[in-house]
Amino acid sequence: MLNTYDFPEFPYVQSEDQISGQTVRHPVVIVGGGPVGLTAALDLAAQGIKVVVLDDNNTVSVGSRAVCYAKRPLEIWDRLGVGERMIEKGVDWKLGRVFLRDKEVYTFDLLPEDGHKIPAFINLQQYYLEEYMVEACDRNPLIDIRWKHKVLSLRQYDNYAEIAVETPDGIFTLEAGWLLACDGANSDTRRMVGAEFAGQFFQDRFLIADIVMKADFPAERWFWFDPDFHRGQSALLHKQSDDVWRLDFQLGWDADPEVEKRPENIIPRVRAMIGEDVEFELEWASVYQFACRRVDQFRHGRVLFAGDAAHQVSPFGARGANTGVQDIDNLSWKLAAVLRGEAPIALLDTYHAERAYAADDNLLNSTRSTDFITPKNGASKRFRKAVLDLANKTEFARPLVNSGRLSTPTPYLDSALNTADGGAWKGRMTPGTCASDAPIVVGGKDGWLLDQFTGGFVLLALGVEAEPVDAGAFTPKVVTLGSSFDDPKGLVSERYDAEEGALYLIRPDQHISARWRRFDADAVKSAISKATAGAI
Amino acid sequence: MSLNLKPNIESPDDFYQLLTDAQRDLSDEDANDMNARLVLILANQIGSLNDLQEAIEIAK
Ligand SMILES: Cc1cc2nc3c(=O)[nH]c(=O)nc-3n(C[C@H](O)[C@H](O)[C@H](O)COP(=O)(O)OP(=O)(O)OC[C@H]3O[C@@H](n4cnc5c(N)ncnc54)[C@H](O)[C@@H]3O)c2cc1C
Repeated sequence: MLNTYDFPEFPYVQSEDQISGQTVRHPVVIVGGGPVGLTAALDLAAQGIKVVVLDDNNTVSVGSRAVCYAKRPLEIWDRLGVGERMIEKGVDWKLGRVFLRDKEVYTFDLLPEDGHKIPAFINLQQYYLEEYMVEACDRNPLIDIRWKHKVLSLRQYDNYAEIAVETPDGIFTLEAGWLLACDGANSDTRRMVGAEFAGQFFQDRFLIADIVMKADFPAERWFWFDPDFHRGQSALLHKQSDDVWRLDFQLGWDADPEVEKRPENIIPRVRAMIGEDVEFELEWASVYQFACRRVDQFRHGRVLFAGDAAHQVSPFGARGANTGVQDIDNLSWKLAAVLRGEAPIALLDTYHAERAYAADDNLLNSTRSTDFITPKNGASKRFRKAVLDLANKTEFARPLVNSGRLSTPTPYLDSALNTADGGAWKGRMTPGTCASDAPIVVGGKDGWLLDQFTGGFVLLALGVEAEPVDAGAFTPKVVTLGSSFDDPKGLVSERYDAEEGALYLIRPDQHISARWRRFDADAVKSAISKATAGAI
Repeated sequence: MSLNLKPNIESPDDFYQLLTDAQRDLSDEDANDMNARLVLILANQIGSLNDLQEAIEIAK
């Protein structure tokens, strides 16, 4: 199995820390080199913070895991310089078809809004994603990835955590000013700090098979309820890179994973789905069971949880890695500010507040999709059948069909970091929302608005005179329509409701923190103070 | 409560006959399926989540 991809083997190197036998304290240690830990390393390094990454393995993600990445994580990766390669290698798609039995119920088009640099979705095997990020980490002198380093135990003190790490050369001790637990759904760190990880387990099993085929199926997402080739269950077909296709068969709770995983049992299922005479090769197959859970607190003393270690969702809606990367977007500027002594530790507690809120939103969406896909009793089965029957004939029932609601960022609408609006505003850019992209012209060349929002807080002045505001370490960069950039298509003005003039304060993670119709230096200062938990 | 619980159906007897006639020859299974579809169609007509929630509470 697995013949389209050669797994890199990253070298194990014994660290100076272990050789010297002295216990060294690093400002930040990241446990886990999955998509979330690697993003954390790149994002902290981008802010000048030195990081050590420990991973118990020495390669990228093996087997069938994430496939589908949404716009927001791609924007974050783009900001970190790795997004372009992912988009280039990935498969762009926007059409989804839903079938009941052998009939098409309806087709949906993601209809992404025009005028964004980054596509709505791409599909790409998780190993490529990780490989590209490891390469970017290796090029960055601030990032020290240590393969075959397994964290065995952890003790917390007032201002650091002490960990025991096992390598092929034995066990040694390290100290971390802050420890980022990005060690996945079965997080050892979570157990070590005694955090709770409560939620719901679904009594169902899924066979996930990746196959290689050169068939002319379109790059669309096909989802079947109760298909003729797999009665009583659901199935999914989706294209990945390199002619690899993701197939997904619901098996039910009574299925025996060991039996189902055997090629002689998988191959007939695949044939039934794609047709008897389509040639294919099995690349990888596994049987999964899913859960929706989250950690009680994202911060336990000096330990900060992110990604699957903090929350686990079912894969319907492609939310796992997508939301984990947004944890890092939220955390890294806050942690960098705390590390530099510019903001109080209380700023890190807003990481819990904002991302636990987002995790709950993701868990809710993912649980609802799972309930629709695997109805729990006769009544919900009946309603689902009614929805699907009607969806074929009438438009109104289509929004009720839930084969996975694809991941979009959760706005932090109630966050304590937001400054409430003073007047009436149109459009989506309410405080707590992720800033929208738009095509602009910078220095006579085509560019993108989001690319201007880098390097800390930004004051975006649209038809309003804004003066520089001194906010110490958080002094915002002023980006002014007309002098910093032009908006020939008018989309900035439209998306930011700027016809009457508008001034936006944008956080380092490109979320809106406050907005006004006119400039007032004191108002800007107090909004920055609010957005940094009173740092200024 | 914004849900109208005063009589509002035109010709109640005609409506009731329409409903029961439609299911006279159906098995329980098929009638239940039809009722589920009917609930969804009527829910769409109501639209307001508040009203639907009140209706669900009353029906419980
Ligand atoms: C079938 C399937 C389909 C999916 N589809 C999607 C999708 O389409 N889109 C999406 O966004 N997500 C999807 N996901 C979820 C996605 O794979 C995960 O959310 C993602 O991998 C989480 O990243 P992470 O970095 O938090 O954890 P992981 O990827 O689990 O990485 C954790 C890392 O920590 C290391 N580690 C563990 N313990 C230790 C230790 N004690 N010491 C040192 N290192 C340690 C591990 O070796 C590993 O490298 C899917 C998952 C599955 C199973």
